[in-house]
Amino acid sequence: MPVESLFPRLETLLTRVQKPIQYVGGELNSTIKDWDTAAVRWCLMYPDAYEVGLPNQGVMILYEVLNEQPDVLAERTYAVWPDLEALMREHHVPQFTVDAHRPVGAFDIFGISFSTELGYTNMLNALDLAGIPLDAAERTDEHPIVLVGGHSAFNPEPIADFIDAAVLGDGEQAVLNITAITRTFKAEGSPGGRDELLLRLAQTGNVYVPRFYDVDYLPDGRIQRVAPNRHGVPYRVSKHTVMDLDEWPYPKQALVPLAETVHERYSVEIFRGCTRGCRFCQAGMITRPVRERSITGIGEMVLQGVKATGYQEVGLLSLSSADHSEIGAIAKGLADTYEGTNTSLSLPSTRVDAFNVELASELSRNGRRSGLTFAPEGGSERMRKVINKMVTEEDLIRTVTTAYAAGWRQVKLYFMCGLPTETDDDVLQIATLASRVIEAGRKATGSKDVRCTVSIGGFVPKPHTPFQWVAQLDHETTDARLKKLRDAIRNDRRYGKAIGMRYHDGRPGIIEGLLSRGDRRVGAVIRQVWQDGGRFDGWSEHFSYDRWVAACDTVFADGLVNLDWYTIREREQHEVLPWDHLDSGLDREWLWEDWLDSQSDVEVEDCRWTPCFDCGVCPSMGTEIQVGPTGRTLLPLTPVQPGQR
Amino acid sequence: MARTPDGPPPPVAVQRLRLRYAKRGRLRFSSHRDFQRAFERAIRRAGVPMAYSAGFNPHPKISYAGAAPTGTASEAEYLEIAVVEHCDPDAVRKALDESLPPGLDVLEVVEARGGSLPDRIAVSVWRVELPTVTPTDAQVAVDGFLAADSVPVERVMKDGRRQLDARVPVVSLTVSVSELDGAPIGSGGHPGSSGGPYAILHMVVRHETPSVRPDDVLTGLRQVADLVPPASEARVTRLAQGLLDDDGQVADPLAPDRESVAHPATAPA
Repeated sequence: MPVESLFPRLETLLTRVQKPIQYVGGELNSTIKDWDTAAVRWCLMYPDAYEVGLPNQGVMILYEVLNEQPDVLAERTYAVWPDLEALMREHHVPQFTVDAHRPVGAFDIFGISFSTELGYTNMLNALDLAGIPLDAAERTDEHPIVLVGGHSAFNPEPIADFIDAAVLGDGEQAVLNITAITRTFKAEGSPGGRDELLLRLAQTGNVYVPRFYDVDYLPDGRIQRVAPNRHGVPYRVSKHTVMDLDEWPYPKQALVPLAETVHERYSVEIFRGCTRGCRFCQAGMITRPVRERSITGIGEMVLQGVKATGYQEVGLLSLSSADHSEIGAIAKGLADTYEGTNTSLSLPSTRVDAFNVELASELSRNGRRSGLTFAPEGGSERMRKVINKMVTEEDLIRTVTTAYAAGWRQVKLYFMCGLPTETDDDVLQIATLASRVIEAGRKATGSKDVRCTVSIGGFVPKPHTPFQWVAQLDHETTDARLKKLRDAIRNDRRYGKAIGMRYHDGRPGIIEGLLSRGDRRVGAVIRQVWQDGGRFDGWSEHFSYDRWVAACDTVFADGLVNLDWYTIREREQHEVLPWDHLDSGLDREWLWEDWLDSQSDVEVEDCRWTPCFDCGVCPSMGTEIQVGPTGRTLLPLTPVQPGQR
Repeated sequence: MARTPDGPPPPVAVQRLRLRYAKRGRLRFSSHRDFQRAFERAIRRAGVPMAYSAGFNPHPKISYAGAAPTGTASEAEYLEIAVVEHCDPDAVRKALDESLPPGLDVLEVVEARGGSLPDRIAVSVWRVELPTVTPTDAQVAVDGFLAADSVPVERVMKDGRRQLDARVPVVSLTVSVSELDGAPIGSGGHPGSSGGPYAILHMVVRHETPSVRPDDVLTGLRQVADLVPPASEARVTRLAQGLLDDDGQVADPLAPDRESVAHPATAPA
């Protein structure tokens, strides 16, 4: 079936929308392949606006990995803003890819990457615009397989009705496995249709197909059991883990957009996974074990990536970049290599210690030193023990003193509000801490020109973490605590003017909580919200708490479960959780003990430097920690010099 | 204490190059800011020895002459760059053109021989294709427009509505007939107006503040003669920019630089 470009029909609409460039494609390093000769065709979506979705590393990596296969075609699509959506509906233009402007509904697989649950309504909107039935059960062989991945896929139950399959864990190898199965299936003439293809995928044990599992409920509304309803489908679906990052040096040819996006840099993931053991952190829990990219692998990627993109900034990404076993040599090597080239280097996530300041200073050797960010996460010493963030107040003061003395003018501190066992006092201590930071900064610099910004996010309990059982703090209490904190900072006559505070109200966090720990019954709420106009829920100007509450009231009218039941209710140890049949490798018993430990000040060390503490991941997944040092060096590297081609 | 960058100050510019570039096809939807970012990256990929400003946040030295609006194609956009080593203009043209995505095309590079580029640009020549308008309808509207002394129009800007006179800056406005037949564009094509040859407007418009753009002229045509082409279906291209000479011709703004290459002895200082 020939598939024509939708661009001629889209073109006349584009003169009437904001920032039309985001819909035209043509990015540097983007790929357009022949439709007819491709054996398997993927459409990849990041379910947010282009400016957020284009720089997403996950989608970029899969796009490149898939397009490297000679007989595979991959294109991208993003959420369209309401102005274009209205015109597309009026003129019957379906959801399109930005590469060749092909209709999303014509692809074999529609893969959507979720880093946040707040993108769910955008997925429904894209499906609807694409002409794909929202209900997976209503799709026929003419429709793409709707497949989700990303961190939210570790509990896809709230979107179980709308998706055909979910992939847990690392995607780069997984998409090739799925491609291989699809290729064979199509070559055989698609025997047994859609159902058969899904069955083959499910039988791998790495792809979750919700329709092959039945959920039974207890009279009180809790889940009784989740069990497969098909022969050959495993009881538990395991996450996928890529074991040698050096074999996957992606993105090599990062996409460079014409439009302005949220990250304008070439990023290299220097390691994956984190075993710091912060109990609130889903990313750290589900991406274990730590797998480092080697220093030479990093050097080659940076050199090649900067050349291929022309970007002026290089980001060294990971969950805690200073923890790379050879980060000192990497930082120095890159700073030496790019000295005098107007290429800057950045380390996004920062640990509270002096070594980190040295690193940041090295990377900004010849650049501006404006702000440095640290994440103590908890305001009080007690709170930090509960979340296993082993940072003392003295550590923090020592670290910021070093930072201010090295010429940094502003220190930004990240905290959370609403952590388990938290009291008003724990949050008020953020103000005390910030005052001490300014005091230390003024002493270190002899100047009043130092600032500290505290940035506070609401804690949302996530699946596959030791806090998966806890009651989320209600938004009224969150808001009241944040107001007390704001007043405390304002009333600090000595230092208050040097302290900034950034926070959001607690309501979006409650909806994120609903979607994070929800079960299949939450799907009807998402659909209702979308029908009521819900889009772009991650954007404060588009998010409507009232719309979500109204939808919950409608859907949960029978009163068995409700918004509070999903969010501010504590679960007991043996309650079947909606994601228990999805295996992140973490031992449930270990998670429960870690939750108990958190309440009795027991800290967990990092297994990179201390013996294994039996979280369960490596033995159940057949993986192991991969860290250096390799002792190799970054050089020889020769960057592109001005005038050199 | 404020830090200053270590090391010597950046090298000084030794040459200025002037570029004419085009914005074509789907990349006509790039805004000027989009182009700026793309151009700065292209410079880095192409390895052009740019001159940079001093300080912690050095910027390549580029000056842009007025840019065509987002959504408008152009065959005649101009900018000037400063470099720290003498370059062969045509080698720079090739390198930059290869480093920019197809649709942002560097057409010509010349070495600046003095004078100011913006001083050589005062009018634009526009071509506006109206695939849903017949040449006859367009001619009636144009005649009405030209007969008026002033055609006040409103444009919605970021900071609210603004009144402009669309007539005064229009130096000339003519209608020609398309060679190809018009086809209904989108679903908004007028019945009866698709299929036959359609109207193409040519206009020379003076650059004034606030600037009058081709879509303001279209609004003006709508006002005087009820010509209602949906603005979204007009395909607008800037064909040239420059000074209007005594014969009503638009002079190429790079010509003086090119001429002084041909006659270096008489080059102005």
